[in-house]
Formats: sequence, C-alpha cells, structure tokens
Amino acid sequence: MRTTSHRRALGLLLVAGLGLTAASCGSGDDEPAAQSSGGADQKVTITVGCQPPKSNPKERAGWDEDVAEFQKLHPNITIESKDAFPCINPDTFQAKLAGGTQEDVFYVYYTDVQKIIKARQAADISEYVGSVKALKDVRADVQSVFKDGDKTYGVPRNNYNMGLVYNRKLFTQAGLNPDAPPKTWAEVHEAAKKIAALGAGYVGFGEYSAGNTGGWHFAASLYARGGSMVSEDGKSAAFNSAEGKAVLENLKQMRWNDNSMGSKQLLQWEDLMRMMGSGKLGMMIGAPDVVQSVNNDFQGKFEDYGVAAVPESEGKASLSGGDGYMFNPKASPEKIKAGLLWLEFHELTPGEGQFNYERAKAQGRPVGLPIPDLYGDSAPGKQITELRKKFATVPVEHFTPYVTAQASITNKLEPPKAQELYAVLDVAMSAVLTRKDADIVKLLADAESKANKILAKNT
Amino acid sequence: MASTIARPPVRRSLEQGAARRAVGRNLTAYGFLCGALICFAFFSWYPMIREIVLSFQQTNFVDPPQWVGLDNFRTVFADPAFRSAWLNTAAFSGLALVVGYVIPFVLAVVLNELRHAKAYLRFVVYLPVMLPPAVGVLLFKWFYDPGAGLFNQILDVFRIPPLAWLDSTSTALISLVIVSTWMNLGTGTLIYLAALQSIPGDLYESAELDGAGLFRRVWHVTVPQTKLILLVMLLLQIVATMQVFIEPYLLTGGGPENATVTVAYLMYQYAFNFGDFGGGGALGLMLMVVLIVFSAFYLRVSRDNEGGR
Repeated sequence: MRTTSHRRALGLLLVAGLGLTAASCGSGDDEPAAQSSGGADQKVTITVGCQPPKSNPKERAGWDEDVAEFQKLHPNITIESKDAFPCINPDTFQAKLAGGTQEDVFYVYYTDVQKIIKARQAADISEYVGSVKALKDVRADVQSVFKDGDKTYGVPRNNYNMGLVYNRKLFTQAGLNPDAPPKTWAEVHEAAKKIAALGAGYVGFGEYSAGNTGGWHFAASLYARGGSMVSEDGKSAAFNSAEGKAVLENLKQMRWNDNSMGSKQLLQWEDLMRMMGSGKLGMMIGAPDVVQSVNNDFQGKFEDYGVAAVPESEGKASLSGGDGYMFNPKASPEKIKAGLLWLEFHELTPGEGQFNYERAKAQGRPVGLPIPDLYGDSAPGKQITELRKKFATVPVEHFTPYVTAQASITNKLEPPKAQELYAVLDVAMSAVLTRKDADIVKLLADAESKANKILAKNT
Repeated sequence: MASTIARPPVRRSLEQGAARRAVGRNLTAYGFLCGALICFAFFSWYPMIREIVLSFQQTNFVDPPQWVGLDNFRTVFADPAFRSAWLNTAAFSGLALVVGYVIPFVLAVVLNELRHAKAYLRFVVYLPVMLPPAVGVLLFKWFYDPGAGLFNQILDVFRIPPLAWLDSTSTALISLVIVSTWMNLGTGTLIYLAALQSIPGDLYESAELDGAGLFRRVWHVTVPQTKLILLVMLLLQIVATMQVFIEPYLLTGGGPENATVTVAYLMYQYAFNFGDFGGGGALGLMLMVVLIVFSAFYLRVSRDNEGGR
C-alpha cells in the first residue's frame, strides 16, 4: 500500500511538472516578436518568404544575386530568405503564424488576401506604403486586392486573369489551326470533340470539380459570361442566374453529349497540370501561369502551348488571379519599411528582380509570358513589355490572342468567403461532371441557399 | 479513535527507509516512464487540451483569443455539409468493419494454416503498411481511373461493364474503404497471427480427434482463444476509421457531391481552407466525445460479458 501511494505521488508530481512545462512552452507563442524601436539607420534583419527552392537552381541563383545586390544598396538591411514550394500552403500558414515562425514578409495568393485581412493576420502598412513610389503606377484594380477600405495590407507581385490554355501540338494533330484558337463555346465543343477523337486517353477539355477548385473555375466561367458570384453588397449569392446555368449546361454538354471531357473526374489542380504536361489534354480554363507551371514542373514545353481569352468573354469580365506579399502583424515598423524597400526593388522595378529578363535569358529561363501584368499601359508597364520582347525566349505570339483581348476585358476579383463558396459549388460541378441526370436548376438552387447562409454569417 | 494515536517513531523511519528503497529500486523504470510521459504530454495531451480550448474560442493566432461560448458549435451545426460528414463517416466505419475487420482475420487464419512460403506471404501481406500512406492512396487513384485504370481493365477481362469508382456517389465511399482496408490489413493480420500462434496446438489436436473440420476448429478453438484480441481490434478499428482523412483528401476532395466528405475532412476544411480553427476545433471535440462515449460503452459491455461468463 505504502509503495503504491508513493508511486502515485511521484506520478502526480511528474504529470504536474510536465503540465507546467507544456504550459510554459505554449505561453511563449503569445509573446510579441522583439520590437525594434531604433532609428532609420539601425540594422534590421527581415525574413522574406518564397525564395525559389533548391530544386529550381537557376531562379534561386537569381534571387540570391538580387539579395546580395539589395544588401549592397542598403547595408543596414539583412534579408533572410526562406524557401518553400509551393510558396504558401494553407496547411502550414496558420501553424507558422501560431508558432511564431511566419516570415516578416510573407507570400500570399489573391484568394487568401481578404480572408487574412479579415482575420487581422497581416499588418496594416498604410502609413509606410507611401514610400513605395512604384505603386503609383500599379493598376488600381491590382492594388485594390490588398486593400480594405482605405487601408493597405500588401504589395502585389503577380497579376493575371483567366483565359483559355490550349495545347497547340494537339490542335495540329487534330487538324485544327493552333493560330486560331476557339473564340466561342461552340468552337470549343468542336475542337474538344476532334481532340478527344485522337484516341484513348486524349481529353478535349478538362475541368476541375474537387477540393474547392471546381467552385473556383465555376466563378471563372461565370465571370467570363458576364455573371456574378455575389450581389453588389456581397450579402447574397448571385450565381443562380442564366449565366450560372449556362456554365453548367455547357459542361454537361461536353461531358455527356460530346464525350470530350474524359471519363475521369473529380480533378484537382495538379491533375489538369499533369494532363496538360503529358500532352493528352487539349484545352482548359487557366491563366498564362498554367503554361509556366506545366513547363517548370510537369514536363511540358513552352512552345507547345498557347493562351487565348475565355470564349465569348470579350466585353465582359475575367477572374483575376495573382500573388503578392503581406507583412507579419508582429513585424516592427523598421521591418515593414525594410520589407517595402525590398519589395519595391525585387517585385516592382522594371529590369530588376523578377523583371530582370536579361539575366533570365542568360540563365536559359523562359521569358515572354504576358505576366505579371501589374502596370497595365502605364510607363513601367510599357517598359516591362519592351524588355520582355527584347529578351524573349518563348514564342510570344502564342499568347497574342490573350494579350489582344485584354483591352476589352475587365478584371474581376474573387467573391467574399471565396473558399467557402467554392466548396459549395464543388458539389454542383462534380454533380454535372459525374452524373448524367444531374438537375442543374436544383443544384444551383441548393448551392444558392447554402451560399446565402455563408454570406449572411459573413455580413 | 485509533487514527489519532501517533505511530511510534521507529516504525515510521522503517517505513520511510522502505519507501526510499522502493523508489531507488524503480528509478530506472521511472526514468523510462518519463520519456513516454514527455512524448505523450507534448504530442498528445497538450494538443488535445489546446483543441478543446480552441473549440470555445475564436482566434487568429495573432491577437488574444476570444471566448465565444458555443458559437463555433452552432456554426458547424448549421453547415449543410455537417450532416453528410457524420453520415459518411458512420457509413465508412460500418463498411470498413464489414470488409476491413473480417479480411485480416481470415488472412491470418489462412497464413497460420499454411505449411510453405509462410515468411514470404507474411511479407507480402505486410508490404502495403510499409508504403507511405500517400503513395498507397495515389496508387489506387490510378487503379480507379475509369478509362485506363487497372480495376476496369480487370472487369473488362470478365466482360463486366466498367465502374465509375470514385466518380460516382454510389461507389465512391466503398472505393475509399477498399483503399483503407488494403493499406491497413497488414498490421491487423500480423496481430491476429501472433494471437493465433499463442493458441496451444493440443487444443486443435483434441478438436481434430473429436472429428472437427477446419470451420469448426476455427469457430470453436480459434475464435474463443483470440476473443480478447478480436474485441480490442474491433474497438481500435472503429476509433481509427471514424477519423478517416487521407483517403478522401487525396482521392476525391470530398466529392462527388459531398459523398465522401468525412468529419475529419470537414475539420480540415474549416481549419485550413476557411481559416476557422474554432469551427475545426468544435468538430474535433464532437468527434472525440463520440469516440470516448463509444469506447467507454464498448469496454463496459465487453467487461460485463466477461464477468457474466
């Protein structure tokens, strides 16, 4: 009995000790990062995300060169680069924030920007952003992605809108003219049927329908038809419309009547990239960055692909996409100022950093894609376009239909509560692509009712 | 009143000495225990407590968290996917029980009866467990391909029309069960095999002398002798399958039409895609409570059955 009670006491002591240790470890997370309050000349070190990974040695070498050059220009600033692929991962974003390892200047996709602002997970940089002179020429719609009211929370790095990515090689094989990509959905149907007829495994037109990507592409197709995801005030869903029905009817037609979308569905981002890279997929909705990913990571070749506007979208809208940088809410003013200097140098200056096309060409990296489109027709925009043409290594004419159409297409941002709405619309997309008897009217009505609940919670 | 009588000092010092010796004797054991306790505290208990706390809070991991009472629970209750997630999870567990609980036991019995190639077959059965789960799951993604997938090619050999597998609401969930069973049957089989090998051979000999065939030997000797293991494995399997995540995450993304959204997958959606850790925590707490209640009930019933015998 005595031994048992001693053991129990010792056990309790151990547990209490461990509990205290755990509590003390946990409490450290809540401490704000060391705040620097020195003057402008004080040495400051900032961590910056999205350094290209080691598996991409050319881009990484370019980044490291830029860091060295920047530090020479600003000897009081030290950049600590953090690499990751992909640059942001929803699985680790919150964990890094909670664990205090989020970079001072962190990378973010447009899709997540408003969610991060609403959750107050990024610093308000309004009072410092005036020092970034390059921003005055950046397109207003691009800048607005990182704004909430009159407050600014980030700086854009990349900007594009959705188009129609197609495989020129397959077009030729199927007897289609790769220099005249489809301009109407009827032409897409015809082209898709011819590509699918090339043999087993060939898919004319591919579309997402799982992991929230289906909803994302529903929005892209809807905007291109002139529809909207939410009402003007953002309080209710607006996709249960003639345009919304047309999006689903169009897919149903290609999937079940034309049999040009392949039998494998529930596709997510990587699936279509892989299919496009393997040369078995004819067309998909996507921005020029798809070609970049397919070339860099999925064994595709730049010269095999082209991009046009989404069919029938001229005079209407296109879903914007892109990425940029935001600041850790615990970053000191000095870190924010240093971070903005870096971003202006690396992401916004023609001929430097990401726009150093001369170096990219010398390294054998692809130059000539019509992205990023940060500046539109302003002077830096024209300068970047000239540099891109001068050092082009990929056939720029393959992207001409996309570039030409931009003049008449309005960029449209993602809806509020984007991920939640996309999850809801995945159901409609997957139903249409996996069930021949899918009732589009009912699917959209159900989705609308669910979306209204989500938006009501938001507002 | 006896309790108020002071104990003689000599006796007390003897007791203290004995206690010191007992602690000294078990010092190594306490040392080992420490390691396990530290691991459990950091990697199991502390996250569990944090998760419970989170389910009553709203947090952005930057500002101090706010206590929101039962708001997170109301949010997830109102989610149309909530009902589907629980139904799918229960259906997955039920199907996994039918398929995944029986097959490893049958395999173990067969392996135990074999005279040749025992080691080789054990290795083959255990092989899927050694594959990283993501690799195993992605392998099945190809097997299930409605066009060029292995399964439809096999069906074609027997002139059976192809199935949509993951792409149909009627076959998606069972397709996930098949993957899960394949990935986990090695562990179950080895545990059953170990239990089978501890059954004294003379029990089988006696049964054989009494004229029992294979089925009766299994039913009257094997099953009663491995009952404890069978009951424990049943509990573990239900607890594990109720937490199914990787299969829907990698194979179906919850589709088609939410047919494979599970509670754990919905938790992931809330926490990582919607940035609502409170909602994710609330779902996690609900799942934990359900599993604790089920486990307690199950153990109670099992113990009562044992006691009643």
